[in-house]
Amino acid sequence: MNNTNETLIPKVGVITDVRIDTADIKTFRVVTPDGKKAFEHMPGQCAMLSIPGVGEAMFSITSSPTNTEYMEFSIKKCGCVTEWLHQAEVGQQITIRGPYGNAFPVDSDEFKGKKLLFIAGGIGIAPLRSVINYCRYYRDDYKSINLVYGSRSMDDLVNYNEIINEWAKDKEMYVYLTVDKEDPDWVKHVGFVPNYVKELKYTPDRVAIVCGPPIMIKFTVAALKELGFKDTQIYTTMELRMKCGVGKCGRCNIGSKYVCKDGPVFRYDELGELPDEY
Amino acid sequence: MRKISLQKIDLMFAEIANNMSLYLPVDQNDGKAAYTKWEEGKKWSNALNTVKSPKDFFFPQTEDMMEFKVEGKNVEVIDTRKVSEDFVVFGVRACDVKAFDILDRVFLVDPRDSYYATKREHGIIVSVACTRPSETCFCSAFGIDPAEPKADVSVWKTEDELFMQSNTEKGEKLLKMIEGLTEEANDEKVKEQKEQISKIMKKLPLADLDTSKFGGGKTDDFFKAPEWDELSETCLGCGTCTFVCPTCQCYDIKDFNTGKGIIRYRCWDSCMYSEFTRMAHGNNRNSQKERFRQRFMHKLVYYPENNDGIFGCVGCGRCVSRCPISMNIVKVMKKLGGKENE
Repeated sequence: MNNTNETLIPKVGVITDVRIDTADIKTFRVVTPDGKKAFEHMPGQCAMLSIPGVGEAMFSITSSPTNTEYMEFSIKKCGCVTEWLHQAEVGQQITIRGPYGNAFPVDSDEFKGKKLLFIAGGIGIAPLRSVINYCRYYRDDYKSINLVYGSRSMDDLVNYNEIINEWAKDKEMYVYLTVDKEDPDWVKHVGFVPNYVKELKYTPDRVAIVCGPPIMIKFTVAALKELGFKDTQIYTTMELRMKCGVGKCGRCNIGSKYVCKDGPVFRYDELGELPDEY
Repeated sequence: MRKISLQKIDLMFAEIANNMSLYLPVDQNDGKAAYTKWEEGKKWSNALNTVKSPKDFFFPQTEDMMEFKVEGKNVEVIDTRKVSEDFVVFGVRACDVKAFDILDRVFLVDPRDSYYATKREHGIIVSVACTRPSETCFCSAFGIDPAEPKADVSVWKTEDELFMQSNTEKGEKLLKMIEGLTEEANDEKVKEQKEQISKIMKKLPLADLDTSKFGGGKTDDFFKAPEWDELSETCLGCGTCTFVCPTCQCYDIKDFNTGKGIIRYRCWDSCMYSEFTRMAHGNNRNSQKERFRQRFMHKLVYYPENNDGIFGCVGCGRCVSRCPISMNIVKVMKKLGGKENE
């Protein structure tokens, strides 16, 4: 037996809670068999979850590091591993390894003392939830927090209860929800996220954190630039296929960067230096 | 420097094999050389190089990593790693020796890959100078001297003798083991051979391959070059180049259910394959052109950018001789460098 540490060998994790968010998104609570967090992380970092015999995949950790009891993952059903997870019940053991990648610069001057503007589309709220709850926990370190969050329909909004019952009630936290299509039960804004951002006329005295489907990110960044935001004020988190998580298997290589270790969080000026194939 | 008569070389192999596993290039039934475990009767091949590179010894084509026991909802992770035993890889060419350095910069940087590291620690490399470099060789373009292969032990083979020089502690240990069979030697004949090799190198058709246009920070110079269309047009995406390449290190991790448990293993993969980057929400390299470009950009620009300017190619020529459509890094470099007609 080789007794050196090996990051590729995972720990056992237990699913202790499954929350149904939407028709195709569930949030899984995971701890080790002795009831602890598998490891510590920072907002934006990811973990490799696997079901032995089915496969392993990278997921962003949606719970905040300030949660001392467990980790949570909001997962959309869209492939082998995720379909299997969606059938899993409480008590099911899986494997977990990490944390992987960099984090949002929540403890640096890039975020501290700034107004924060979070913009999410669909399941893109998953990595941002970790950052938002971290900033809410250390509330005095940041100025106002805005969230613009949209999805296809009101039934596709993830984490709705926490957003409405906790975030929207916070002092100096402003939540703007929107859905793509009109619905008789929906009284809030209707329209795409990039347009809503423009309508809200955000001034570029903020840091913008954008996550969602690639097309939504593209148009949202264009909208932010129209409003006067510079590349250095916009952050996003990327998703590419990964196997190792430590920049060796080659899969998530873009230019000289590996998204799994140099990302997944990139500032837009850093992204601009990479070849356009992500 | 030590030397041994070639007539006694099998005695030397036997002595090493008595102490640890010894692998060396041996001609196979198809006439091609492959690294083979030495045993009585196996003859060291005269071939310039093996079809597959020796990266297999440290980064095997497939390798079991761990096992899982699954019972009901319960999962058990079983660490099946073993510490490697000492072994010798004999007869490695200078290009392939340099390739280990390139792989080290991937697998041994933090977090260290323990599967690779344990084999690397226990592997003793004996390199041999190339007296007959071939027309597909271009190691010198990447600063490699085939007359001066720097492994744990460097070896020069003349018509009737083998000269040996240790370069590391591991190499010293190996030479000590066979001390009784070897004798002290001066380096006159080795010097003579080095001069001869250097003359041959200058005459090789690929000797003037120019690397100066490539390197870290050159992404913008080449990424959008129109030449990629033509260069990649006939690429079959077979992945042969990546499999014979001594520096290609991309891998996949997969699970296999044996019926008694689940084995998680890793195996070589190829950036030339469409599956490589495909994920649930799409593929960021949809065309063979993009995949082809990735392989060469990685070796010529991205790898050097992260590794002090060292290129991810050693000029071994395997892709030159093995690609079914005769496309290779030499043609890519000449075309992109504006010298395709030379």
